[in-house]
Order: sequence, then C-alpha cells, then structure tokens
Amino acid sequence: MPTTNHTAAPAGTPARLGASIRQFRDQHPHWFLLLGLMLAALLLMDFTTWLVLTLSGAAMGAMLFLMASGMTLTFGLMNVLNLAHGAFISLGAFAGATTLLFWLNDQAAASSLWLNLAGVLPALLFAVLVAAAIGLMFEWLVIRPVYGDHLKQILVTVGGSIILMQLIEVVWGPNEIPVPRPEAFSGAVVVAGIALEKYRLWAVALGVLVYALMTWVIERTRIGILIRAGVEDREMVEVHGYRVRLLFLGVFIAGSALAGLGGAMWAMYQELITAHMGDELMISVVVIIILGGLGSVKGCFFGAILVGLINLYVGFLEPRLAAVATVGLMVAVLMWRPQGLIPVIRV
Amino acid sequence: MLSNLLSGDLPRSRRLTAALLAILLALAFGPFLFPGVRAFSMMGMICVFIILVASYDLMLGYTHIVSFAHTMFFGIGAYGVAMAVGTWGNSFGSVLLGMAGALLLTIVLALLLGLLSLRVKAIFFALVTLAVAFAFLSLVTQLYPVTGGEDGMRVRVPRELGPAFRPLEQSLWGFSLPDFCSALVSGSATAWDDALFQVRINGRTLMYYVAFGTALLVFLFLLRVVNSPFGKVLQAIRENEFRAQALGYNTVLYRTSVVILSACLACLAGVLFALINRYVNPENTLAFELMVFILLMCVMGGMGTLYGAVVGASLFLLAQNYLQDLLKLLVTQLPPDSGLANLVGPERWLLWFGLLFVLSVYFFPAGVVGQLRRWSARRQQNNPVVEVVAKPGSQTLSS
Repeated sequence: MPTTNHTAAPAGTPARLGASIRQFRDQHPHWFLLLGLMLAALLLMDFTTWLVLTLSGAAMGAMLFLMASGMTLTFGLMNVLNLAHGAFISLGAFAGATTLLFWLNDQAAASSLWLNLAGVLPALLFAVLVAAAIGLMFEWLVIRPVYGDHLKQILVTVGGSIILMQLIEVVWGPNEIPVPRPEAFSGAVVVAGIALEKYRLWAVALGVLVYALMTWVIERTRIGILIRAGVEDREMVEVHGYRVRLLFLGVFIAGSALAGLGGAMWAMYQELITAHMGDELMISVVVIIILGGLGSVKGCFFGAILVGLINLYVGFLEPRLAAVATVGLMVAVLMWRPQGLIPVIRV
Repeated sequence: MLSNLLSGDLPRSRRLTAALLAILLALAFGPFLFPGVRAFSMMGMICVFIILVASYDLMLGYTHIVSFAHTMFFGIGAYGVAMAVGTWGNSFGSVLLGMAGALLLTIVLALLLGLLSLRVKAIFFALVTLAVAFAFLSLVTQLYPVTGGEDGMRVRVPRELGPAFRPLEQSLWGFSLPDFCSALVSGSATAWDDALFQVRINGRTLMYYVAFGTALLVFLFLLRVVNSPFGKVLQAIRENEFRAQALGYNTVLYRTSVVILSACLACLAGVLFALINRYVNPENTLAFELMVFILLMCVMGGMGTLYGAVVGASLFLLAQNYLQDLLKLLVTQLPPDSGLANLVGPERWLLWFGLLFVLSVYFFPAGVVGQLRRWSARRQQNNPVVEVVAKPGSQTLSS
C-alpha cells in the first residue's frame, strides 16, 4: 500500500492546521477516512494488536476488493446492477475447492512451498475460468434481454442468483465443505515479535497486484480509455464506431472472473464453504460499492479496505457489532457524501 | 355496493374473479373445509403473507421502489410482540404495547431509510436497504440475551388465542373437501358421509379468524389507497418521476410516505405472524431468503395489482408446501441417485421456482393477474373490433 505521505500537514497556527485538514478532507476523502479510522482504532487498543488487526483487515479488504470490483465496473459501464454477483463468488469458491480437494490433493497436501503453489495456482485459475465461463452464459441468457431497466435487472438477477446457488447445491451437495489451507500458506511469520499470518500477506499482495493491474489497464491502455469513456458517456463512444456491447461483455466476464478469484481466496481464508457464502459476502460488496461511489475502481479499493478494517477493529472491540458498524460506516458516508467517496457517475 | 367496497378496482377478468372467490371462500371457511394441522397453519400463513406481499406491492408495483428491508419491518413486528409478551406476561395489553413500540421503531427506521436514500437515486434504495436489513439481521442474531439469537423466542399468546381456550362446549361439523374429492374419485358411495369431520373451536381458530379479518380489512384499505388521488400520484411517479415533479408534486414526500405506510403494514403482518405461529426466530422472520420469497410472490402474482399479491401468496405457499410432495413422487419414478433425480429432488423445488420466476419476468412481466386481465380484455375487444374492422374493409372492397 502507498505510504502515508499525505499526512504531512504544514506546521503552523491551529487555524491554519484546521484549514489544511479541511482541505485535505475535501480533496482526498478516501485517505481522510482511511487514516481517520486507523488513528481512531490506534487510540482504542495497544500497538501490536492494532498492527495485526490492520494487516488482517487489509487482507480481508483485498479479497473483498477482488469481489466488488467487477460489480462496480459492470454498474459503471453499462448501468447494470447484477445482484447475482454473490453466486459467482460461491461458484469460484467451489471450483477452487474442487481443484484443491480432488484433483491436486497431493500437491496441496505436500509441505513444500513450490508444490503447494502448484496446487493453489491451478485452483485459482480454475475458479477464474469457471466463473468467467458461467459469466459469459449468464450475460447472454439472463442480463442481455433487460438492458436499461433497473427493476427488471434486479428481479432477473435475484432469480438467476437463486438458480445458480441451487445448481451449486445440485453439483456439490447441500452440505458445508471444509477446505484445508495448504501448509505453506498456513501459520504465521514473526517479524519483530509480531506474528503475521502468512495467508493474509499473500492476500494483500494479490489484492494490491490486481488493483495495480486494473488501474494500469484502465488508465494506460486503449481498452481502459474506452471503458472510462463508456462510463462517462456510452452513446458518444458508440457514435465513434466502437462496439460498447463487446467491451461490456468483456468487462462483465472479467468481473465474474474476479468474483470467482475472490471467492476461491475466501474459501481458503475461511477454510469452510457453503453455497450461500456468496449471499453473505454480497452485503459487504454492496456496502463497498456504495461507499466508494458506484462505478469507481479506486473508490472500490478504498471502500474494500475500509470495510475490512472496520470489520476487524470493531470485531475485536465488540464482536457482536461488526456488521452493524460496517453498515453504520456506509450510512455515515452517505450522509456526508451522498454519491460515495469518489463519485464517477453523475446521479 | 361491491364496487364501492373494492374502490372501483374490479378484477376485470372472469377467471380471475373465480380464482379470487375460491381463495376468499377457502380462507373464510378454511378450518371447516380442510382438516389437518398442516393445512391450518398454511392458511394462517397465507393470510399473513397477503398483508406482507400486498404492502410490498404498494412499493414495488405501484411506485417502482425496490426495497430489501421489508422483512426487517416484518421482523420488528414479530419480535416486538414476542419481547413484550415475554417481559410483561401474556395479556392483550402487552401485545398492544409491543405492537405500538414496534410500529414506532418501524416509522423511525423507515423515515430514516427514506430520507437517506430516496433523495439520491432509486437504485440506491435497493442497495442501502439490502445492507441495513442485513445489519439488523446480524444484530438480532448476535444479541442473544434480548432476542434469543438463533434459537429464537417462543411467544406466549394471550389465553383467549391459545389452544387451551374453548369458547364452545360442543364441536362443530366440518366438511372435508380433500376427503370428499378422493372419495368421489375412488367411487365410494358414502362420499358425503366420509367427508364429514368434527371441528373443535379453540383459541387458535379464533386467532386464525383474527388474521383472516385483518388481512381482508388491510387488503380493502390498500385497494382504497391505490385508487385514491394519492395512489394515482404514486403511479404517476412510477411512470415518469420527472414529469410528476414538474406537475408540482413533491415526489420525495410521496415516496417516503409510501415507504413508511408499507413498512407499518409489514410490521402489522409481523405481529400477526408472531401470534399465529407462536414462535419467532431470525430464519422465519428476517432471513434474506424470506425477502426473496416475498419478491417472487409479488412478481409472479402480478406487480402493480393488489389482486396479484393474493394470487401470488396463495400459489407460492401452496407450492412451498405441496410441490415438494409432488417432486418426491416424481423422484420415485426415476432411477435413484442419477443426475436427473438430483435435479428434481424435493429439496430442489426452489430451483424450479427460480427458473419459473426468471421466465415469468421475461414473458409475463405483468404476472398471473396481468396475463388473465390481458386475455379477458383481448376477448372483450375482439368482438367489437372485428365489426369495426370489417365495415371499412367491406366498403373498400365494394368501392
């Protein structure tokens, strides 16, 4: 994660300090909120706990980002609200678990890092492929007929989500499936007396990598320009002769694939999967995309980290209020900035 | 008189009228027509869900507001009564007090939700309610000392509404329709006598009729609401919000008030549910699945028609209770443990319902009621239309 170079406020009279904080708040609301949350948490617990929780929260946020980014892009580009996104998360989790448990069990059960990687990477790849393939079919069969009609989109994607989750139960059975984490990824590394769980470090690394990759694609490539232009004004891009439909299909498939990847990561994180895990994660995903501003990748990343952090902080202080705090954060942000932290779409 | 009672909003289809009459009669004389605990509890649920789905339709069908917090208000009503009765004893006073508290909380929450998200964009409301409803569910699940957590709460209803209360000394005669039909089919000569059975009137029967009466009254009230000037404004907002605004209507005010009204009725349904089911837990009052069921009932019955709520709730609950039996029969005809048997197993009924739901959104967006009305309108139109079309046609031919 980038370091906190924004905190360097110019020293001066309290009034000037206040003014510069206000300016910082209005120009970088995402950094303001993130740093504010971390500082507030630091005041409530000792440093070691805070560090461990922050890393865990960032790991959770990174995985949530993988899941949420697809949905926010789908909404931003094509104005399609896909409430079946949770089903793709479940799908990815089950596909990844199948690879680990049945096909590459020897590699996953071995105790060498390279053999474990040879089990985990194909599992993630398979999850991505399955989610992408089902995403292609889903867009074609379910979403294509209802472009431009939010109400019908909500209805058919809720229906589609039921069907997908039921099909998962048909294929994999209705019971919970335990997914043991490969040995090289479980356990912790001790840095300066602080135990940091290995898997969380991997999750953060993967999340930041995907975020960097997405930012690069969106800001530096031709496809990215088209996506941004399509979010801004879809018809104008079409007038220039680009087939926004194909572009959108690509984004939808990529979004489903990312949901699958996030689901597979989450499966190894929780070590237990059910067909309905997607529904539960959907709530965090929804909070994240509202927090970040519908359609914004950057907002989605910060929203995900915020949700991950507040979940862990509040979960440590008062476990029963974790979900309430997450939604409370969303409500507070909505009252402050009704369009989310980094709004892209004018509503 | 009848037209006045229905606020001038008649079914407008002979088949729909027949179906509605059948539902009304079946529910009105339910305990005397269908013996058995299962049928009795299902009829009670139909009454509760008619209120729940009709009030949801007021938002979804008449104003195009998608809310995922309807079960939250349902749960507030149910838990309000359960907690009040648990704290202050099983008297009517505590039921009323619990209901008043639940209604108050409902109004405050609905107002906050409306103010928070209705002013931004309609789609925000769906997402925000989804998140808030989930937070509420998790709160209820976690607060074990207050709500009983996952275990839920047993509701000790007032004695007059419980099974121990006997208002009548002797039992009444009922006429079992299912037994009568099966006796007719098997050709039994004593079909009429076979079908007779004894009905013991107890507090639960009274409670059923309280629910039935409330459902009927709420339904007639909602018919009045949607056919009033207020309802017309709601439909105007649904069709073109910008235009309604331009005509001088404060659309945010209208939408917030419809959200509050609908939430209060959902809360009332929750109160009835707690009293009739006598057991509340997060799964039967607050789960996301229940919310999806309400959505299914509303859409398949027919959005934007209150009759759709009645038809949808009845059909769905029938399917939920008896489709599984049907699928179980089907499975016995198939080779065991094959892929096909897995697909049609009794626990897979939701798969088929989901498929039916998606298909009905595509092909019958107006639901059962809308489709019936369209058919009957087409048939009524056909005769005059043929005459009108035929006349100019023959003229052009002759000239």
